Amino acid sequence: METQVLIIGGGVTGTGLARDLTLRGVACLLVEKQDINAGASGGNHGLLHSGARYIASDPAAAAECHRENLLLKQLAPHCIEDTGGLFVAVAGDDENYVADFPAKCAVCGIPARPLTPTEARQMEPALSKDIIAAYAVDDAAIDPFKLSLDNLAQARQNGCQLMRFSQVTGIATRSGRIQTVQVRNHLTGRATDIRADVVVNAAGAWAGQVAALAGIPIHIRYSKGSLLVTHHRIGGRVINRLRKATDGDILVPGGTVSILGTTSERCTSPDDIHPKVHEVDHIIDEGAAMIPALATIRYIRAYCGVRPLISSSDEGDDRSVSRGYALIDHATEDPGLENFITISGGKLTTFRLMAEKTADRVCRRLSHCSPCRTHCDPLPQTVDARWTEPGLAPSLWVQNNDSRDILLCECEMVPQSVVDQIVQSIRNQNGHPSLNAIGLRSRIGKGPCQGTFCSQRLAAYLYDLGALTHDQGLHELRQFLEKRWRGQQPLLWDISLAQAELLEAMHSGLFGLEQVDAPPPGDDRP
Amino acid sequence: MSPAQPEIRCDLLIIGTGMAGMAAALFAARRGIDTVQVGMTGEINFASGLLDLLSVHPTGSHQTWSNPWEAIAQLIIDQPHHPYAHIGAETIRAGMEELITFLNEADLPYRYQPQRNTQVITPLGTVKTTYALPESMAAVEKALQAATPCLLVDFPGLKGFSAGQIRATLQKRWPALKAVRLPFPGLSGELQTERMARRLETPGVANLLAASIRSHLEDARVVGLPAVLGIARTRQVFENLQDALGVPVFEIPTMLPAVTGVRLRECFERHLPRMGVRARYQQKIVSSPRLSDGEFIAPLGGESAEVQVRARAVILASGRFFGQGLHADRHTIRETIFNLPVYQPATRTHWHRKTLFSHKGHPIHKAGLVVDRLLRPCDEQGRYIYPNLFAAGSILAHQDWIRQKCGSGLAIASAYAAVHAGQSFLNLTPMNKVE
Repeated sequence: METQVLIIGGGVTGTGLARDLTLRGVACLLVEKQDINAGASGGNHGLLHSGARYIASDPAAAAECHRENLLLKQLAPHCIEDTGGLFVAVAGDDENYVADFPAKCAVCGIPARPLTPTEARQMEPALSKDIIAAYAVDDAAIDPFKLSLDNLAQARQNGCQLMRFSQVTGIATRSGRIQTVQVRNHLTGRATDIRADVVVNAAGAWAGQVAALAGIPIHIRYSKGSLLVTHHRIGGRVINRLRKATDGDILVPGGTVSILGTTSERCTSPDDIHPKVHEVDHIIDEGAAMIPALATIRYIRAYCGVRPLISSSDEGDDRSVSRGYALIDHATEDPGLENFITISGGKLTTFRLMAEKTADRVCRRLSHCSPCRTHCDPLPQTVDARWTEPGLAPSLWVQNNDSRDILLCECEMVPQSVVDQIVQSIRNQNGHPSLNAIGLRSRIGKGPCQGTFCSQRLAAYLYDLGALTHDQGLHELRQFLEKRWRGQQPLLWDISLAQAELLEAMHSGLFGLEQVDAPPPGDDRP
Repeated sequence: MSPAQPEIRCDLLIIGTGMAGMAAALFAARRGIDTVQVGMTGEINFASGLLDLLSVHPTGSHQTWSNPWEAIAQLIIDQPHHPYAHIGAETIRAGMEELITFLNEADLPYRYQPQRNTQVITPLGTVKTTYALPESMAAVEKALQAATPCLLVDFPGLKGFSAGQIRATLQKRWPALKAVRLPFPGLSGELQTERMARRLETPGVANLLAASIRSHLEDARVVGLPAVLGIARTRQVFENLQDALGVPVFEIPTMLPAVTGVRLRECFERHLPRMGVRARYQQKIVSSPRLSDGEFIAPLGGESAEVQVRARAVILASGRFFGQGLHADRHTIRETIFNLPVYQPATRTHWHRKTLFSHKGHPIHKAGLVVDRLLRPCDEQGRYIYPNLFAAGSILAHQDWIRQKCGSGLAIASAYAAVHAGQSFLNLTPMNKVE
């Protein structure tokens, strides 16, 4: 295959870059080793930062965040719930940090309106009585799945090609240039050689591995962050702890749930990461200091992502490493490759800017002069992304009122008709509508039952549609339920534990799904 | 709670209405023990209707046994703390036979081969090994073994059950499967199995269904369909359909909760009171203090209780987490009614494995009540806590019924053993002299 620009990585950066380049008239091909947002783009808070979190550690990144925050609210409002945010300190927090906060925000151009503790508690009644200081900021909630799927959808309309489940297995170089990139499809096993004028490494936490295939060393520190999804939404606004950034200090509402996080744990590899029991307990204990209800409510899922932190040394606190992005043009590095660019680090909030700067560099390499449009053109809303929005499927289902359109997922009210549309859209992209692919593109499996019932209902329906054949469903069911399990395993107590017991009683006790396949080796320890 | 509250006195209080509680009430009633049974019925709706005895051991290698008694003998050697090891094969067999005899007499006929396990197919297209199964499911085993030409029927609007899925999944093993989707007589839109089952009990409906299946039979010599063939009159609906089609018919278990569980529930609810069990269904016990004379006093319905039960002995069959016999917070697992010691992993980190479908099962499944040979819950030193408190069913420690496929057998056998132990206690101990 041939293309002008090969983009490696289907997270927010890669999909944002694909949109940016195709809007400039540059042809590109995006390869993703798993599915869209499988890495940190899907494993984060969904927080559109005001920037106030970074005023102390990285004022430049803080100011950048704030500019992008305002821009995205204008250009992609359908991906954003403009909740506003609060920074609150509780008794015992560092009073110097609290005292310096407004001035440091001002320096970065970030509005922060002071509130009395009473005002703050009137705005957010769930806040602790121990609040001693509060500021209102411009934080918002953003749906990273919608964002990536919409970016990708427009890119594809403009001719971008897409290869999912396609991992880069080799990069052949000659005379300081990448000649071909070998890609292998996990599902079909087929290998493809790709020739491109420029190759962009937007593989996030995997950027080091990709660069290594081209013989380029990039030192990346992996910092795992774990997050918890509450059973119901707590509060209207993003609530941040007003202190130096640390664990369990941000609660982001989104749709019908809230997301509490995060942690920062060094890990040695971006693969096979799990949220752990001790992280969950730590996040809850920390969060409960701001919002006491967090100690007792039900959580339905835990998940994590890996922050790729590009740094020159192993020393120091991972949180103090810049959250700004790194754009590396390997033409100017040693060892060098003239048609290879790596973009890594950064934040969800600044993904568009990262894509713009990368596209600028790509265009310079291509001697293609066409200006960026993503800072002025609105991001179109597409059907591909809309079903990740909580509440959308139920409201349309109620409106349509067709008794034949049966709900496959009762927790999140996802009917057959929604699955039909998702299957169609995946097929239009020549993809296989697997259970996990549909799970990624809808609310299926994300409610309190965590897939106990909807998994098999979906599998049965996909067989009826002819989307599954032979014993494919058994393997996909296992994969689907294992994927949900990752998020349940560390928070199984109280009702969630009873739910998990029922899930196992049915899928293992009755259906014997554990007897279908050997478990992956080395993945069997408690 | 005041002493003036109305009091129900009984010799034996059975707490729980799952398979273990129902079996215990049955065994107690048949032995003439003065019994009160309390609990929210509902969990037994989640029974599949299949009576597993033991088919997987050891779980790590997930070896499947065709002879459950050989499996049990090996299990008793390998796992001396397993409840089956306390109970012993003879008692297990006696309990199973007595329960199945009761079901047959209660017009809910079951089939089994005394010396071997049997196989059924599931909606996923997997093959499940079990021991005794409803007569309405029995024809599948022969058909599966001989790969007999078979028509699988499903219904539009019945979620999670696709004949096409079963056919596709079993294709290699059973190539002569065909699938057809037929409208369900008199119902449309989303179908609930319980409604379908009750509808099939209406005169004439089974014949309508048979007529619509018949035109698709072609060379099929056996017909499989989801388990919806009636609830109280399953035998009649099943025979009616089979006669009308002229070929053997079998039901396939559905997702849970299932009609097959409702049948068991209704059967017990109908017969146990008739046999003398004073049933207090839909009432719950949240605590049961022991009096100075050794008897237990249990307010029905918790805080606002209007009635209390006073019992000389108790069988605790309250289930695990789903049944609320055990409860876990973030740090520890507790037994909910008597606050009995619970054998459990050291910390939550060790409750579950990273892989859901780990063959070995999750350590938390082995948590529960440690009992002695008379099924009396014990302390950490292995001494029984009360001479007149017995435990039965899934609340017992050192078993993993989900992976071992021994849920019903464990419930029935431990209920049988607990009733016998309770009976000995009651016979040996004069009234009001418990200890």
